[in-house]
Amino acid sequence: MYVAVKGGEKAIANAHSLLAKRGRGSEDTPELDAVQVRDQLGMLVSRVMAEGSLYDPDLAARAIVQAQGDALEAVTLVRTYRTTLPRFGTSLPIDTAGLPSERRISATFKDLPGGQQLGATFDYTHRLLADRKPEAVPTDAGEPRPMPRVTDLMGAGALVEPDSVSGDTDPEPADLTRDPTVFPMTRAERLQALARGDEGFLLGLGYSTQRGYGRTHPFAGEVRVGEVEVEFVPPELGFAVAIGRIEVTECQMVNQFTGSSSAPAQFTRGYGLVFGRSERKAMSMSLIDRSLRSGELGERITAPAQDEEFVISHADNVEATGFVEHLKLPHYVDFQAELALVRKLREEFGA
Amino acid sequence: MIGNEEPLLSVTGAGHRYGDRFGCRDVSFELWPGEVLAVVGESGSGKSTLLGMLARRLTTDEGSIRYRRDRELTELSDLTEREVRTLWRSEWGFVHQNPADGLRMHVSAGGNVGEPLMATGWRHYGRIRAKAAEWLERVEIPVDRIDDDPTTFSGGMRQRLQIARNLVVSPRLVFMDEPTSGLDVSVQARLLDLIRSLVADLGLSVVIVTHDLAVARLISHRTLVMKDGAVIESGLTDRVLDDPQAAYTQLLVSSILQG
Amino acid sequence: MSFPVIEYNHAYLDEQTKRVIRRALLKGVAIPGFQVPFASREVPMPRGWGTGGVQVTASVIGDGDVLKVIDQGADDTTNAVSIRQFFEKVAGVATTTSTEDATVIQTRHRIPETPLAEGQIMVYQVPIPEPLRFLEPRETETRRMHALEDYGLIYVKLYEDIAKYGHIATSYAYPVLVNGRYLMDPSPTPSFDNPKLHRSPALHLYGAGREKRIYAVPPYTHVESLGFEDHPFEPQRFTQPCELCGSTGVYMDEVIVDDHGGAIYVCSDTDHCERMAAL
Repeated sequence: MYVAVKGGEKAIANAHSLLAKRGRGSEDTPELDAVQVRDQLGMLVSRVMAEGSLYDPDLAARAIVQAQGDALEAVTLVRTYRTTLPRFGTSLPIDTAGLPSERRISATFKDLPGGQQLGATFDYTHRLLADRKPEAVPTDAGEPRPMPRVTDLMGAGALVEPDSVSGDTDPEPADLTRDPTVFPMTRAERLQALARGDEGFLLGLGYSTQRGYGRTHPFAGEVRVGEVEVEFVPPELGFAVAIGRIEVTECQMVNQFTGSSSAPAQFTRGYGLVFGRSERKAMSMSLIDRSLRSGELGERITAPAQDEEFVISHADNVEATGFVEHLKLPHYVDFQAELALVRKLREEFGA
Repeated sequence: MIGNEEPLLSVTGAGHRYGDRFGCRDVSFELWPGEVLAVVGESGSGKSTLLGMLARRLTTDEGSIRYRRDRELTELSDLTEREVRTLWRSEWGFVHQNPADGLRMHVSAGGNVGEPLMATGWRHYGRIRAKAAEWLERVEIPVDRIDDDPTTFSGGMRQRLQIARNLVVSPRLVFMDEPTSGLDVSVQARLLDLIRSLVADLGLSVVIVTHDLAVARLISHRTLVMKDGAVIESGLTDRVLDDPQAAYTQLLVSSILQG
Repeated sequence: MSFPVIEYNHAYLDEQTKRVIRRALLKGVAIPGFQVPFASREVPMPRGWGTGGVQVTASVIGDGDVLKVIDQGADDTTNAVSIRQFFEKVAGVATTTSTEDATVIQTRHRIPETPLAEGQIMVYQVPIPEPLRFLEPRETETRRMHALEDYGLIYVKLYEDIAKYGHIATSYAYPVLVNGRYLMDPSPTPSFDNPKLHRSPALHLYGAGREKRIYAVPPYTHVESLGFEDHPFEPQRFTQPCELCGSTGVYMDEVIVDDHGGAIYVCSDTDHCERMAAL
């Protein structure tokens, strides 16, 4: 005699216990400390902050531990926490040239004012699994030299298009987390979507542009990693106050030049900006920023990386994983409907 | 030509700009019901720009284009997007050079011809299908292909399907953009014959853009010859082709005779 | 490292967000079937698992309400349990499994068998709000089609089904025309449930969190499932009675009971089934 299935609540409670047990691992080993994660897994923390759209290394580290290392789960935790936070204003635009960068390189010039500063990077390591032995490196502090932006230097001679349309101050850019998403988007909205978009997705798409799916002839004008001051103008004071510093990674791509009979040739730009240390993401973002400007720059649109609706709709990994994984939810009612339909069609086919 | 007081289309000094260059300029003509107007010229002559303007894909930057809606000549630039969309659904047609641009390639032939009917409110499957079948026959597509995709059709057949899709709602004005280019000569001839008989049967007006004077000769009543964005000669087709006045037209005509 | 204590507002969402969602809901009610964009917030369950429905419920629920949550028609499926527990925690609201006693019913993929009454609110979880999405992927184009009432494409799809299969081949998320104007996706409820929407005394609210759209069908609205005059819409029928309570004319779940694929049928609506079985 069939008895209806029951016990969903109990099943869920048991699942949570099992999850906690798995997360703890062996009781013989010390429990993971979020502070260690924050300090020693900085790259992962950067990623979670960037895609979680929240600058808080402590919180990101906690999320990573709670998520048992699943980056997207951690991002989801950060995002839902972010939702509960009140918004009390908008900062002034950060000045990425304002503080000396820990790392700044340019592929477009051999040398430039401020020099090529390698900073902390994996770029020249030999990728061999090895024991970690911190080497004592004499740190030659030296005088921090000013590092003007490459694009500003080139821009002075109008070799590269300006940062923004002249006269456009855009004091309060649209915020995707506050206003509904409607296509077509402004560049500012797209950049926001890309900044919080999935690193892997943008990396793949950026790669596609280099392989012929919408070529933009990119050169890395500059990649910078360093701290910037965040300033805010409280209405009661009426002047700017520094409220803290954050670490960001910035990439300025210099791309395919345009010109016409009425306008002299000029390089175009792609821009990437991410929380924390995240060069791969900043560079991918800048490639996609540029390829999504194809329409604006009068180029033929032929490739997925140039399709705004396609790129932006699928860049958010919290949404993507939610919908992909939702397939695990019961769908037996709809499946029943399809089953009935297929059976009916098969019956009629035989007749 | 059916006697009517006012033309279907009245174009006065129309021009379209690309930046600071005019794609076509100072074009004037009138089109009457049942009339076929050919716009001929080589590539770069501005003929496609003119067609684009008439079909509202390009803006009218100079001059005026008026169309007779409900017995009154209306300036097309004054129409709302909704009004233009209604015109496309019931009074106008557009036959593209590449039939894939004017068809849904993965919808059956019947679905392609039926869609304009469904878009205008037809809700009886049997009747939609019957009307589609009627039109397939009319454009000489075997009716047993009604459930096949246009991907399985030859170029000529796709073009005939596109024509059926355009004519099923009995439009008054059809724009055609090089409808025969890319087809075999014999297939072209058959298609032109079909167009000519449909025009006569339905009293359609057609504006057909072509680089091929022979096409103009076969189906049009009047011809505009364009060069560098301007109309350099216009008149009855037979007169323009038999007795060209402008030097350029003479050159065009003589090159067919030699070629 | 210290962790800040979070004080959650009633029903999780802050009042400002609730206001934004309510405005979208009012617009939706004023234009039945029209998809209103809204700035969807993250809530503590993944996108695709009911965040739209949760945001709508959170914005309309109050102290006097009684909440029922179902998934696939059952109160006890994991998604329903998870959402009900969420609201018990953040809204302190009374909950029930009885359709008759509920004032707000959040649902995934089914409308209850028990007829709804005036004053009840149905909240639907919607994955893809756009009925034309799989025929036309561009949002800019589908928006225009709705604005200009350009719905030929959906009829083409129905035509193609009949030409190929002899029937319309859509069994769930069956498109409807609301108030004679907007084409709407009633969410992935089986087409069996579509007739329940027509002139229903209840208020039906639809939330698509990931896609960021809200729409509504106010009480007593004309809702028509699409079809042709000679191939009209036909909801599916089950001939078998429920194995547990004997009901007929209700939607069934097929349950495989042996190794040979032998199956029995039971009511998908567990509340209805229990009630009937008790009689």
